[in-house]
Amino acid sequence: MRFMVIVKADKNSEAGALPTEKLLAEMGKYNEELAKAGVLLAAEGLQPSSKGARVRFSGSKRTVIDGPFSETKELIAGFWLIQVKSKEEAIEWVKRCPNPMPGTESEIEIRQVAEADDFGAEFTPELRKQEERIVKKMKANAKR
Amino acid sequence: MTASDTHRTIDAVWRIESAKLIAGLARMVGDVGLAEDLAQDALVAALEQWPRSGVPDNPGAWLMNTAKRRGIDHLRRNKMLDRKHELLGHELEAQQEMAVPDLDAALDDHVGDDLLRLMFTACHPVLSTEARVALTLRLLGGLTTEEIARAFLVPEPTIAQRIVRAKKTLADAHVPFEVPRGADFEARLSDVLQVVYLVFNEGYSATAGDDWLRPALCEDALRLGRILAELTPSEPEVHGLVALMEIQASRSRARVGPKGEPILLLDQDRSRWDQLLIRRGLAGLERSETLSGVLGPYALQAAIAACHARARTAADTDWTRIAALYAVLSQLTPSPVVELNRAVAVAMAFGPAAGLEIVDPLMSEPSLKNYHLLPSVRGDFLAKLGRSDEARAEFERAASLTRNARERALMLERAAACASRASPRAASV
Repeated sequence: MRFMVIVKADKNSEAGALPTEKLLAEMGKYNEELAKAGVLLAAEGLQPSSKGARVRFSGSKRTVIDGPFSETKELIAGFWLIQVKSKEEAIEWVKRCPNPMPGTESEIEIRQVAEADDFGAEFTPELRKQEERIVKKMKANAKR
Repeated sequence: MTASDTHRTIDAVWRIESAKLIAGLARMVGDVGLAEDLAQDALVAALEQWPRSGVPDNPGAWLMNTAKRRGIDHLRRNKMLDRKHELLGHELEAQQEMAVPDLDAALDDHVGDDLLRLMFTACHPVLSTEARVALTLRLLGGLTTEEIARAFLVPEPTIAQRIVRAKKTLADAHVPFEVPRGADFEARLSDVLQVVYLVFNEGYSATAGDDWLRPALCEDALRLGRILAELTPSEPEVHGLVALMEIQASRSRARVGPKGEPILLLDQDRSRWDQLLIRRGLAGLERSETLSGVLGPYALQAAIAACHARARTAADTDWTRIAALYAVLSQLTPSPVVELNRAVAVAMAFGPAAGLEIVDPLMSEPSLKNYHLLPSVRGDFLAKLGRSDEARAEFERAASLTRNARERALMLERAAACASRASPRAASV
C-alpha cells in the first residue's frame, strides 16, 4: 500500500526561509535511507503559499484567491510518496525523519493513498462504462 | 499503546530492520543460519519486553545489541572458543562497549555491503532455485515462513523445511559471506536477478480471487529490486530488471476485469495504467541504457515493455521497434517462446505473411508441441491471409491444448468463423 507523507508548513517555510545546510544534509541522508530500503516512490518540496492560489467553489461560482494563506498549520510544505506494507511501517519511517521544522512545533501527516477498489460502490458499473466510453473516444480520435 | 498495537509496531520495525540486522550479524559470526537465529532471538526478546517497556527510541540498535549479546552467550555456551571465536568474542564485546551512536556509524559503513553479501549468499548456486526464493524472501524481504507458504500455495512445514535445509546446505558447503569478484560476479548477479524476477512473476500470475499475499509478492520483488539497484548502481541489468518490473506492475490495475477475467495487453484500458510506475520504469531503463551501450536481456524486455507504456493507445504502438528489440533478444537468449513473440511483433509491423515466415519453422520445435499459443498465433496469421481452412485447423488445435475455459471458447469461436468463410471465393479475396 502507498502512503502520502505530508510535511506541514510553519512560519519560516511560509516566509520562504531556506532550510539550513544541516537540515538539508540530514534530509538528504533520510531520503537516501528511504531509497536504499526500496520504499521511496516520489518526493517533492513545495514553494510557500504566497506563490500559490486557490479556486473557491460555491454552487456554480468560482472565485480565485491568490496566496499567501493565513492558516499556516493547515498548509503543506512538501510530501513523500512511499510504498510499505502497513500504516505502522509508514509511522516507523516517519519517526526516523529529521525534524523538518527545527525550532518550532511541527507535524508530519500520514495518509493512505486510495486504490481504485477503495472507491467501492460509488464507483458504479455506470461510471466504469463512462470511463470506457472516454477511452474509446480517445482511441478513435487518435486514429484520425 | 495496547499490546496488539505494540505487536503491529514490532512487525513494522522487523520489516524495516531485519535484513540489515541479519546481514550485520552474518558478517560477524560468518554463518547466515546462526545470524538469522540470533536475530529471531532478539525479535522474541522485543516481543516480550516492548509491550511493557515501550518501543525504544532506536529500535534497530536495540535489536542489534540484544542479538549480539545472544551471540556472545551462544559462542560461550557452545564452548566454541577456539582462537578464531575468541577473537570474535572480543570484537563483539569491544563493539558492545562502544556508545550507541558510534556503533551506528560503524554499522552504517557496512550496511550496504552486508546487505549485498546477504543477497548473494541467499541466492548461492549450491541452493536449489526454490530454496533461493524462500531464503531471499525470509532473510531480505522480512517475510515470515507462514507468509511465504501462503503466497506460494505451499504448506507451511514445507517452506520451514526448505529454509532449514537451505541454511544447513550453506553451512555444510562453507559458503563464504561475501560478494563474488571478477568473472564470477556477473553470473552470480544474474542468479540474484533471476530470483527477484521469479518472485515478481509468482505475484504477477496471481488472479483476483487469490489470497492478497500472492499479488503482494510483486511489491516484495520490486522492493528487493529497488534495494539491489541502490546497492549496485552501476549494473545496467539491475536497472533493466527494475524497469521491467515497474512497467509490468504499472498495468496491474488494468489487466483484470470486474469479474476477475484476464484482459490482454492490447485490450487494456490504458487510463488505468499507473503513470508513476511507468515514469519510474522509463527512468530506470534510461539509466540502464546510459550505463551500457548493449542492452542485456532484462533491459531489452524493459525496452519492449516501454514501447507499450509510451503508446497512448494500442494503435499507437511502435511495432517496428518492438520487432527489432525481439530480434536482438532472440539472438542474445535464443528461445522458441521469444521467437513466437517476435513473430507477433513482426506481423503487427509488416503484415501476417512476414509473421508466418517466422512461425512456420517453430512448428517442428519439440518444446512448443503442446503450447497452445503457437497454433493460436499461426491461426490468426492464416485467417488474416484468407487461408481459412488451415486457420480453422489451427484454432481447433489451440482449443484442444489450452486449459483455460475462456480461451478455449474464444478459439472455438474463431474456428467457427473460419468455417463459415471457407468458400473458395472468400479465400481468393
